[in-house]
Amino acid sequence: MKARVTVTLKAGVLDPQGQAIEGSLKGLGFPGVASVRQGKVFDLVLEGTDVEAARSQLTSMCEKLLANTVIENFAIEISN
Amino acid sequence: MKSAVIVFPGLNRDRDMIAALTKISGTAPALVWHQDADLPDVDLVVIPGGFSYGDYLRCGAIAARSPIMDKVRDRAANGVKVLGVCNGFQILIEAGLLPGALMRNMSLKFVCREVKLEVANAATDFTRGYTQGQIIRCPVAHHDGNYFADSETLARLEGDGRVAFRYAEGTNPNGSINDIAGIFNEKKNVLGLMPHPENLIEAAHGGSDGRALFSGLLGQAA
Repeated sequence: MKARVTVTLKAGVLDPQGQAIEGSLKGLGFPGVASVRQGKVFDLVLEGTDVEAARSQLTSMCEKLLANTVIENFAIEISN
Repeated sequence: MKSAVIVFPGLNRDRDMIAALTKISGTAPALVWHQDADLPDVDLVVIPGGFSYGDYLRCGAIAARSPIMDKVRDRAANGVKVLGVCNGFQILIEAGLLPGALMRNMSLKFVCREVKLEVANAATDFTRGYTQGQIIRCPVAHHDGNYFADSETLARLEGDGRVAFRYAEGTNPNGSINDIAGIFNEKKNVLGLMPHPENLIEAAHGGSDGRALFSGLLGQAA
């Protein structure tokens, strides 16, 4: 079983890296870039086949380590 | 005063901290490797600065989840003083011993320079060597020192005198909210700060404004 965890900054939290990337994209001449927010992606390979158990474990992983829930949100996708 | 310094792989300011504690207290701190099962009986636990685990994931995130931090958390709950400087501050926040988050500097640059700090609360064991509102010099060296907390947490910190130091005279090097450079926990026995007081304790450093933090602590502990 494979899982992808995406961690992104919460709305309202300043993202200077995203702003710098946005500025650079504009500098390259890409039109219509209204905003860029930077995040992180984690690809995990999990043993077992119980999707619900995996989801619950991944949530716990996010809360304990993968995300800083003071400033970050997380999303979990599971595929076979 | 008996002290211990926790050593994680990737720290680089541990030697400076050991030297400062030894010179000012007259006793060398116990060194505790992050995999050690036990923490000696001490009055002060210090987590120094550096780049634990190469700043992987988030600064301080991996170190904060190591088993020794459970011991540090237990001691802090029992009133033992805990000081975290720079990466040590990041580790204390990631470990949940202090609130908020330390984000990338607003300039996106690593900042290594001297700043001015205002002593925002001099009525604690850590800061009583200073006077309220005193402006001191202190070096900073970090990439992720931009303190952030939600408005509720911030109001609590400000209302309860839990801001220890603020960047003063327009020297905020990282864009931290309310110019916050260091904060206390609720009981004020845990202090985390980004600047390095251990690097300004004697004439050879070009000043000794950092010394009073350690000597103030010394005056109280046996």
